[in-house]
Amino acid sequence: MFAARLPKRIPRLPHPVRRISSSSCRRSEALFVHRDTTYNNPKIPFEFSPDNLKRAQEIISHYPPQYKKAAVIPLLDLGQRQNKGWTSISVMNYVAKLLEMPPMRVYEVATFYTMFNREPIGENFVQVCTTTPCMLRGAYDILDTVCTQLGGIKPGDTTKDGKFTVIEVECQGACSNAPMLVVGDEFYEDLTPETTKKVLEAFAKGQKPKPGPQSGRHTSENSAGLTALTSKPYGPGEHCQPEFQ
Amino acid sequence: MLRLVSASKPASAGLLTKVVPSSLAGRRTFASTSARQADITLTVDGKEVTVPQGSALIQACEAAGATIPRFCYHDRLAIAGNCRMCLVEVERSPKPVASCAMPAMPGAKVWTNTPLVHEAREGVMEFLLANHPLDCPICDQGGECDLQDQSMRYGTDRARFHEITGKRAVEDKDLGPLVKTSMNRCIQCTRCVRFANEVAGVEELGTTGRGNDIQIGMYVEKTMNSELSGNIVDLCPVGALTSKPYAFHARPWELKHTDSIDVMDAVGSNIRVDSRGVSVMRVQPRPNDDVNEEWISDKTRYAYDGLRFQRLTTPLVKQGDRFVPVTWEDALAAVADGLRASGATGDEIQAVAGHLADTESMVALKDLVTRLGSDNLAIDSVGGHAAPSHAVDVRSNYLFNATIPGVEQADCILLVGSNPRHEAAVLNSRIRKSWLHTSLEVGLIGERVDTVYGYDYLGADAKAVADFVAGKGDFAKKFKNAKKPLIIVGSAITEHADGAAVYNALAKYVEKNKSQLLTPEWNGFAVLQRVASRAAAYEMGFVPSRKASQTKPKFIYLLNADEVDPKSIPRDAFVVYQGHHGDLGAQLADVCLPGAAYTEKGMTWVNTEGRSQMGRAAVPPPGASREDWKIIRALSELVDSPLPYDDVLSLRDRMWEISPTLVRYDTLEPTSVDVALAGLKTLAAGTASAKVSGKPFVKPVSNFYQTDPISRASVTMAHCTRAFVKGENYGFSETSSKSEAAYA
Repeated sequence: MFAARLPKRIPRLPHPVRRISSSSCRRSEALFVHRDTTYNNPKIPFEFSPDNLKRAQEIISHYPPQYKKAAVIPLLDLGQRQNKGWTSISVMNYVAKLLEMPPMRVYEVATFYTMFNREPIGENFVQVCTTTPCMLRGAYDILDTVCTQLGGIKPGDTTKDGKFTVIEVECQGACSNAPMLVVGDEFYEDLTPETTKKVLEAFAKGQKPKPGPQSGRHTSENSAGLTALTSKPYGPGEHCQPEFQ
Repeated sequence: MLRLVSASKPASAGLLTKVVPSSLAGRRTFASTSARQADITLTVDGKEVTVPQGSALIQACEAAGATIPRFCYHDRLAIAGNCRMCLVEVERSPKPVASCAMPAMPGAKVWTNTPLVHEAREGVMEFLLANHPLDCPICDQGGECDLQDQSMRYGTDRARFHEITGKRAVEDKDLGPLVKTSMNRCIQCTRCVRFANEVAGVEELGTTGRGNDIQIGMYVEKTMNSELSGNIVDLCPVGALTSKPYAFHARPWELKHTDSIDVMDAVGSNIRVDSRGVSVMRVQPRPNDDVNEEWISDKTRYAYDGLRFQRLTTPLVKQGDRFVPVTWEDALAAVADGLRASGATGDEIQAVAGHLADTESMVALKDLVTRLGSDNLAIDSVGGHAAPSHAVDVRSNYLFNATIPGVEQADCILLVGSNPRHEAAVLNSRIRKSWLHTSLEVGLIGERVDTVYGYDYLGADAKAVADFVAGKGDFAKKFKNAKKPLIIVGSAITEHADGAAVYNALAKYVEKNKSQLLTPEWNGFAVLQRVASRAAAYEMGFVPSRKASQTKPKFIYLLNADEVDPKSIPRDAFVVYQGHHGDLGAQLADVCLPGAAYTEKGMTWVNTEGRSQMGRAAVPPPGASREDWKIIRALSELVDSPLPYDDVLSLRDRMWEISPTLVRYDTLEPTSVDVALAGLKTLAAGTASAKVSGKPFVKPVSNFYQTDPISRASVTMAHCTRAFVKGENYGFSETSSKSEAAYA
């Protein structure tokens, strides 16, 4: 009967502890400042070839003259293509000069977008997608295959002969054909470790294998065969009144 | 709307040549301020508040008295909206809203103090701190750190930071001898980037990388070459950018703050002198929208260490070829004896007022010299021994009549023989601001310089002025059509051989175009002085009569005069130097009287607009040095013509007798149109016979960092000279050493 007068013991609930995820955050390995090197310094000249200059002028003409700097991304891309696949400091300075913008504004763009390589790359730039859909379809096997096939290099490395650079990339938008990798500008999809090897071997020989799905299926058609629109499409006049046939 | 000042316009023929884009900002942005529109009313925390349409929500909250924490928002910079600290709750908004980037809407209901807001702030703070090092004890910002204060106020009280990998690490950048960086502490508010690009015109500072890897820097190795770079230290809400000369010298709570006035240029920037004991530890800006907004130049901020070196601490008398320390009695007696022995009478007694002479001491010196029967009052500048060509009878002939905030109203500015970037760095930022945001046109006659805005180059000499006055060239036409045109005449013009001719031409031009240049609302004829004492000297008539200026002096009294040409001093003259540094003036002297520097005396300073402001003493003068006017007052006893004031208040009464504007502090008294016109008429009449020699104008300030005895004695300024003027060990990419275009 005195129990009611005793202070009620409130069961101590464990303090609700929220946790920030304790996984390590992934940091870019790229350097976001420029260091002068023998192969990358502002003294190395760079200029667009006459062809590219024409294309550059064409790109610039798409924008109003006061917004010329809007052409910075396509021009950097053009410069990267001309400069063996990487954007050196000279390329950035040249683009800045061409677009009459402060060089820093170009550096900002070039460092923001990961597809501007600010270090030299190999002849064949192999980008293996490891984002979820590809990962679920075995992208890590593909990545391992690529790395061992190229002599045990790690993602981000270039082979000793300078023929291949491998990196791991995020989604390239070919999820329906996962797993996939990109070499240069071409997508190689529906890969297995075997087909991956074949693709790389071909590149090593200097050939260019046929891009697209390596499994033999057409684009991203259902791999189990078509389920709809299987009949022959009807031609003109069918299903019409007799007088129109 | 957008005005291209560079390549896309064809270069016009003739004199008018376009500035090459490589050396100058090529373009500016669209006007980013909208016209002030009707007021709107909204409710903040249940309180109704009315703000102008277009205000940010954060401004409305401030107006309602609610404090909003912020890091990236700064009312003088563009809005970035990236720190998310200013989140508030807005009715019918599903999420908290960043109040700095949200326009205030009529009828909106805003809460700044709800659990949602608290939680949001706590969360933001947690993210900010997740990558912020816990090095407050060794951080110079400690005690005045926004992050520290706001994490105490708004942050959570317990940590749940268990990252084994530690925090983000960013390498430090070398921004030169003024700004120390500790980039691990950076929270990427980008205030420094915005300041550098918008205000200072350093378009090399930016952000590289993205997301977690974003960093502030120049990408290439470069120093921040700007006269305003020190302001990014103030802007930085954390300890990422701190002051290099001040590093680990003091903590903010140890410092005594004294509101004062800067004397490194004639802008009269409002400063706060922070001192500890007898030494000045640092100089900070004090906001004053009429003068310096919130910025000060690097010389203002960092030359203070010059106050510690090369000081005159005891009276010195020259015996043979060396100075011997003596007592004040002996020194003043030596001066009186020297005056007698030199046999100087009348105009043979010359007083020279230097750059750092305060108004009170100049008044006292003028009174003393006048009592001794002399009219030989010279100014320490080229040609300062004669009256200036613009005469000093009418104030508007030598003042910056348009006023410093008025610069922003001008829609066409002609700079004649002036580089405001070095002569008045803070004023220059106003021109840049106006140039970025409005269709302002700038023309320059004089030496080509890198201002931080584009300009039409009209020529280098008096002939270009004549052409402009004659209406030749595109710029002259633009100027004619401008609504509020402004002619800024540099102080170097007065010193130039063709100065009289230039003044004559411009005075006539202003008279002719008085409908635009001289109206009750607008006086578009402005003289930009570059020396703190000059406007006051003219104001009190510290100029020689014609007869006096031709007299060879036998007794010379140098009051803070350190720019004198030694050749202008006759060999047999007796020279007294009164000042605070052992600089050039002291070397020439027979007797040195140690005075007080600007941080050690509470004196009046008149800036280039004619605005009187009161400086205040922060620290005592070192050693035996005394306030300058007292020295002159004491000397007056020994030369048997005692001055009639015994304290500074009666001295200021005397100043009031001379010109009431000298003691009407913090106000401007504009000259009326009639008086200004009369002034221009006398100016034109007085210079009618001037001949043109055709010598090009040269910039008067070749080394911004060392212009006066204080900055010449400063180690920091010597470092700056080495880094920025001589460019030693610095300068990485030649291709990108110049700013080219506006930010955004």
